[in-house]
Amino acid sequence: MTMTNILLAFLAGGAIASTVQIFIDKTNLTPARLLVFLVSFGVFLYAVGAYEPLFEIFGCGVSVPLIGFGATIARGVKEAIDSTGALGILTGGLTAGAAGITLSLMIGLGFSLAGHGKRRNIPKIRR
Amino acid sequence: MDIYTKQGKKRIISEHSPHSRLGLNMLKAFLFGGGICAFGEGLRGLFLSLGIKSDTSTLLVSMIIIVVAATVTFLGVFDNIARHAGAGTLVPISGFSNAVTSQAIDARSEGYVLGVGAKIFTICGPVILYGLASGVIYGIIYYLTGLFGW
Amino acid sequence: MRKITVLPSPIAIVSSSAVGGKEEGEGPLGGGFDLIDPSDSFGQSTWELSEAEMGRVALNIALRKCECSHEDVDVIVAGDLQNQCVASALALDSFGIPLIGVYGACSTCTESILLASALLSMGSNQTAAALTTSHNLAAERQFRAPTEYGGQRPPSAQWTATAAGAFILSKADKLVTNGNKSYPYVPAVKDFMIGRLIDGAIKDGANMGAAMSFAAVDSILAYFEASEYSPKDFDLIVTGDLGSVGSSILKDVLFEKLPLAVPKLTDCGLVLYDMKRKDVHSGASGCGTSASVLASHILPMMRKGELSDVLFLSTGALMSQSSLLQGNSIRGIAPAIHLSAIKNDNYEVK
Repeated sequence: MTMTNILLAFLAGGAIASTVQIFIDKTNLTPARLLVFLVSFGVFLYAVGAYEPLFEIFGCGVSVPLIGFGATIARGVKEAIDSTGALGILTGGLTAGAAGITLSLMIGLGFSLAGHGKRRNIPKIRR
Repeated sequence: MDIYTKQGKKRIISEHSPHSRLGLNMLKAFLFGGGICAFGEGLRGLFLSLGIKSDTSTLLVSMIIIVVAATVTFLGVFDNIARHAGAGTLVPISGFSNAVTSQAIDARSEGYVLGVGAKIFTICGPVILYGLASGVIYGIIYYLTGLFGW
Repeated sequence: MRKITVLPSPIAIVSSSAVGGKEEGEGPLGGGFDLIDPSDSFGQSTWELSEAEMGRVALNIALRKCECSHEDVDVIVAGDLQNQCVASALALDSFGIPLIGVYGACSTCTESILLASALLSMGSNQTAAALTTSHNLAAERQFRAPTEYGGQRPPSAQWTATAAGAFILSKADKLVTNGNKSYPYVPAVKDFMIGRLIDGAIKDGANMGAAMSFAAVDSILAYFEASEYSPKDFDLIVTGDLGSVGSSILKDVLFEKLPLAVPKLTDCGLVLYDMKRKDVHSGASGCGTSASVLASHILPMMRKGELSDVLFLSTGALMSQSSLLQGNSIRGIAPAIHLSAIKNDNYEVK
């Protein structure tokens, strides 16, 4: 692990984010639709065998974006099929994604016990 | 000026609607999105050097980003950052975490079952659903190709 | 040819009040507001209840200003931005005033004053009230995303105002006098024109000002075609919340079709916040915008005699989240009322 790895992760993550930014600014696609696209794209990348080599090079640059979540699901499905057969088609995805999904939901639930949304200020224009 | 047809109105509207500052927005998204990933990569390096397995390290990184993003959301700061970062905070797993936590704390006033319980999935639900659906489609193809030895 | 309803005798707006949140208080018109709650919560636990409480407070202040009690009010016409107008319902139950709830999205303020003055013209009712509220966070929750959701608003988006405007109306020849001794003029509704539905052509909920601008064009053109007045007879032609995008469309179109009106145009959405200092994008929106600007700025100027004739059109974008998701375009509507300052016979020079 070197600075090169960190730089590569920075470049890959930045490239994906700024590409998605083009879609936010130039199309009517809502953020929710873009997230759905990213996760499905991650599954696709893994399925065609492109994700693992990209991960070797860029590390968290591809695993932290939602693409990585899709790839995790796809890999879970593949490994479950390899070990348990057809049933893995159904069990693999949720099992592999369980950590992220459950953690998010539990934290959300926890925070909802602790408090509610705050009022917002209109941002100031900086000159 | 044609204000009586749909096309005419649409043309007038697009002539008058300001454009987002795409270059600046892309730069900010790049810096924030890249920054979060670089932070993650640094953490992963640390975990690997501690002898933690590669898979576990990658997962731990995502989990830490989820926790941080949820906390920042709860403190009422995430939306202020995201206003600048745009896709930079949306695309990493932080966007997913923010969607969950913001819905949860927002729906609290409507109770814990049909408020928090149902609405927590409003934005993350589609991501989970279509992530799983894509996975199932891939699984079917993978299984069949294996079965017939293609 | 569209018709203008000329009231048999002008209906006076004998008192008005504006109540708002922190941002509205910090805006250029902040000084004209009767009450500002910097927490935006008005002491309530949910934003929906905050909106209701804000409306209740606004009505109480307006009543106090003309030294009336709620028992003097024969009918109230009220509306807000929440589903089924529930903020008005929650705000008004304790008053016991007969209620007509109206939904005109951001056109609610003009619509409710228009209806109230029509009701007063019909006979037995002597005094009516009109109340309009909107709350930024309640609207955000209902129409867009959770309050803490990290999204980016496009430059055409507008900021829903946390504001309420309450108005007490009375027949001009039977003014509820007490509160009115201090001003030389009383603003009154002389005539009005009901708005027509105009297709805004777009489905983008973040560009409502543009979608509503065609309704404003339609109403302004129709008003001056049908009436004996020319734009020269008005000091101001005030639109509700077109924001900078909608206002620029309105200006451009009127420049071609009714150039005399252009120098008179102003928009409530452009004056509620200091747009040079605050990043509200295209301007303010929400039905509280036009209600609070009317109550905090325009009516006080009319009472002092600084404005004599104002054409006031709140513009409404009629849509729901599900109608947008189903691909229906936004419909706009712009009812117009003609406000005129009439001499106050009860004026006592101090």
